[in-house]
Amino acid sequence: MSEINKKPRVATVWLGGCSGCHMSFLDLDERLFELADKVDIVYSPIADIKTFPENVDVTLVEGAVTNDENEEMAHRVRKNSRYVISFGDCATTGNVTAMRNRFTNEELINRAYKELADICNSVPNDHTLIAQLREQAIPLHHLIRVDAFLHGCPPTPDEIWFAVNELLQGRIPVFKTQFLRYG
Amino acid sequence: MAVKTLTIDGQQYSAQEGESILSVARQHKIPIPTLCNLEGLSTVGACRLCVVQIEGIPKLLPACTTKVEEGMVVQTSNVKLNKYRRMIIALLASEGNHVCAVCVANNHCELQDLAYQVGLIRVRYPYLYPKKTLDATHKEYVMDHNRCVLCTRCVRVCDEVEGAHVWDVAGRGINCEIVTGLDANWGNSETCTSCGKCVMVCPTGALFEKGANISEMEKKKGFLKYIITARQKKEWVYIAND
Repeated sequence: MSEINKKPRVATVWLGGCSGCHMSFLDLDERLFELADKVDIVYSPIADIKTFPENVDVTLVEGAVTNDENEEMAHRVRKNSRYVISFGDCATTGNVTAMRNRFTNEELINRAYKELADICNSVPNDHTLIAQLREQAIPLHHLIRVDAFLHGCPPTPDEIWFAVNELLQGRIPVFKTQFLRYG
Repeated sequence: MAVKTLTIDGQQYSAQEGESILSVARQHKIPIPTLCNLEGLSTVGACRLCVVQIEGIPKLLPACTTKVEEGMVVQTSNVKLNKYRRMIIALLASEGNHVCAVCVANNHCELQDLAYQVGLIRVRYPYLYPKKTLDATHKEYVMDHNRCVLCTRCVRVCDEVEGAHVWDVAGRGINCEIVTGLDANWGNSETCTSCGKCVMVCPTGALFEKGANISEMEKKKGFLKYIITARQKKEWVYIAND
């Protein structure tokens, strides 16, 4: 893809989601060995790599854009990737992550850190450690250009396998009706 | 009644005077997507999903409320129509709080099915996340306004079939909502007979039975045909699997 005789460079990113899409990715099971033969995983929450690299061929992005850290990451992903894929319903529609949009950030923070806290009920305010919430959680394509959408909460391993294989052959996956689904 | 001859998608059909384009299309198995329309209830033309293109008429007209005319040339599907239908579903998705993954009607939802049918792979419009409420005061059923698409099927079935007229529509634009009585709690309604017809005709998870969990609320609409046939033809015919 990037150069002849070189394995395609694939990354997966975890923004504002529950990691269920990544769990489904791990459910590729023995197909993961086949995938490891075909591609280099250059960045992923399941690999110990600190920064998102340059010259990535395909990036699957799980989750909605819900804080400043997600936003920064999304822009970096777009800049450094040939294909960006919305990976699952949160990235595609906002889904469960965006359900908080009906509340103000103050209401949310108070609920999480004060009202429901058993001990130390105080709001953390060190934003060098904790990402700042955006006013609203938004789908990925409302922030950056996205090349294809992998639906489902989560997408099934078969759907992920289909999409990854299409992309490895240089095709943007055209999802047939059976792959277009929400929830 | 006079017979009218018209062309739908290049094929000639004859129809009774006063029949709608949708009714003719349904008889001949020509698929036109619909949402607010439901056989057995009156026609309101609210959702605009069934819009068709008619030769010589510059604007698109809903197939459900447009009567057949002699020599009419109708197109039920083309690039323009499909684009508009996709736009309608995208707008419905963006102006409510539809979260399929945690919805009682997931996989049994007409809005979801329509999204697949029109090929809605993503919504380009900003989602509005309106602050809607949920009414769980009724002893058996719940109304979740977040999932309501304002098709008014519940209003019509309650008025026309049950004869109770518990439901109505209040407000305008984004504030438009289905209300119980004079916007009181459903549980306090003195007119509601708790028959559940509104729940069964609701195309989404807006109306559901208490206790239903994610994906568990399946709507059975067969009763409607049963009642209508009984009233009109005096025949009590139960149609299974409907």
